[in-house]
Amino acid sequence: MIRLSLEIGQTQKPEAILFYILAPLAVLASLGMLVVKKAVHSALLLAWVMITLAIFYIALDAAFLGIVQIVVYTGAVMMLFLFILMLVGVDAPDSLTENIKGHRVVAIVAALGFGGLLISLIGRATLNHVAVGLAMANESGNVQGLASLIFTQYVFPFEVVSALLITAALGAMVLAHSQKSAGARLSQRALSSARFRGDSLANAAGLPSSGVFARHNAVDVPALLPDGTPAKNSISGVLSARGDIQDPTQYALGSLPKVDDESGDQ
Amino acid sequence: METTEGMTTAQLIGQDPGWIIAAKGLIVFAVCILLTLMSVWGERRIVAVMQMRIGPNRVGKFGLLQALADGVKLALKEDLIPKAADRIVFVIAPIISVTACFMSFAVIPFTGKVNFFGHETAMQLTDIPVGVLYVLSIASVGVYGIVLAGWSSGSTYPLLGGLRSSAQVISYEVAMGLSLVAVFIYAGSMSTSDIVAAQDKWWYSVVLFPSFVIYAISMVGETNRAPFDLAEAEGELVGGFHTEYSSLKFALFFLAEYVNIIAVSALATTLFLGGYRAFPGLGFTESWLGGWFTLFWFAIKVLGFFFVFVWLRGTLPRLRYDQFMKFGWKVLIPVSLAWILVVATLRTLSLEGAPQSVVVAFTGGIVLIVLAVSSLFDRARDKNEIAARDIGEVSEPSFPVPALPATKARLEDHV
Repeated sequence: MIRLSLEIGQTQKPEAILFYILAPLAVLASLGMLVVKKAVHSALLLAWVMITLAIFYIALDAAFLGIVQIVVYTGAVMMLFLFILMLVGVDAPDSLTENIKGHRVVAIVAALGFGGLLISLIGRATLNHVAVGLAMANESGNVQGLASLIFTQYVFPFEVVSALLITAALGAMVLAHSQKSAGARLSQRALSSARFRGDSLANAAGLPSSGVFARHNAVDVPALLPDGTPAKNSISGVLSARGDIQDPTQYALGSLPKVDDESGDQ
Repeated sequence: METTEGMTTAQLIGQDPGWIIAAKGLIVFAVCILLTLMSVWGERRIVAVMQMRIGPNRVGKFGLLQALADGVKLALKEDLIPKAADRIVFVIAPIISVTACFMSFAVIPFTGKVNFFGHETAMQLTDIPVGVLYVLSIASVGVYGIVLAGWSSGSTYPLLGGLRSSAQVISYEVAMGLSLVAVFIYAGSMSTSDIVAAQDKWWYSVVLFPSFVIYAISMVGETNRAPFDLAEAEGELVGGFHTEYSSLKFALFFLAEYVNIIAVSALATTLFLGGYRAFPGLGFTESWLGGWFTLFWFAIKVLGFFFVFVWLRGTLPRLRYDQFMKFGWKVLIPVSLAWILVVATLRTLSLEGAPQSVVVAFTGGIVLIVLAVSSLFDRARDKNEIAARDIGEVSEPSFPVPALPATKARLEDHV
């Protein structure tokens, strides 16, 4: 005979109140997650569902599970989702066209498979099993009980799962990594020594700033060197590439100021 | 009244009637608000002294009410919501921020056993077996406030600031979590009151010094404070994630920042400085005023941490973002991991009753390995330094030199 091992007893009053407040909110949020237009809102609602689940876990005396649910799922996984959504764009609308062929079929098959897996797992855990009860499971403390199970009886599956996760993380890193050329990003030290050890010390104290002193200081006006020629390196490379440069000679003095000759000084 | 002798804090708190729980919650909230006001004033005065200024001294005695006056002024300012902002999220973000940082105080033990209006209890709102993890989880929810504020403002600088800040907080949370593992291993518990109780002989800041250092560094990174305040770097990002915020919503972020500082300081006190326990040799003071004197010790330690926060801000320049992340991932986290291995081994050795000689040999071996690695590292660095200093042949510099206005003839050319 099939026996349900779930202890269906009387829920305590505070727990019942908690449940009747949070459960509708969780259901509403999960429905909202599917309905709302913006991806970020959807992610937020999912985070809310995760937090409500964590509160339920804690109310059911599984404090460790509840806290880990928040740290790992809400704090890390969901945060990465948000990151990507924000980097993709603030207003990027969801595309509803199918980019990959057979996408929908594969998704439906995978969902069905996963559902079947879940049902069989839950069935195996609940049917024809006698629950030992929370008091016994938490006998030596909730965390200690979990730890001794994970690190003794289930140590092999635990290691396999962690290896899988690490592989996934490494795979993502390798795929996302782009080889930069060596000179792409020089360190401050390299830049500094390049400045002092080049052929010329002319730029050792920094590049000249743009503009002709006291006459025109716009960024698109090259500085004038003492001999009257424009200093090309006083202008941003972007501006010179665009050709957005003014002719500085129009701001040059018509003549050098009158200087007393040497004989006049004495 | 039944005796409470020999009860753990968890059992003691479990007996609280509803009105005490409510009163404690209220007290925690009020203390946080008051501490924020005072710490804003304190920070400005201390930084002023460090920079040879006077600081706020006009409103109230010694300028004590300055923060209150600023708060009132802030509240009366116009509350703007940018057109491009996502209105709902824009309003929710500061609320998440501020709620999260208040919540972490729930598990901090402020005093030992005290008499609260004729009822034996401890000034700790709740004591859950995973208390310290709870603080971490609350912190990770608090990051949402920052990220969402950045995103919902609909503007570039806040978005960049928000992303930066969340990357920073998440990275340093890893280091922080790892630094706590050694404490868990030694205390054999994750509950804050048990950890305080386990420090009756030695504080963990002494026993687990490397963990303490790592925690102290990562808590500054976690709270976005100088020198790790890259998220609101004025020079690059205007104000970071809160650029578009004004009036009370901005005040909430401000409040959250300071409450957060107090929260991480309180956690550091609890985990590493013996919590509400007196300084070594002053243990007799713990029973003064019916146990309430322990609150004084707790406050002293927390304010000490706060002073260090201010000191850092007054002393150190801001780090560059890539250096900061490199330090977190490539220094703090590997060092924490290695340290956890050492601590776990030592703990197992002592719990399994290994002979003294084995423990000493193991410790000596670790010390030798650390010394060897660091000296190899130093030598390699010195070699690089010498190689880098070797300038070699440098040609004579050439400068564009003006024509010398020396002769009359040249001058006349120009006239």
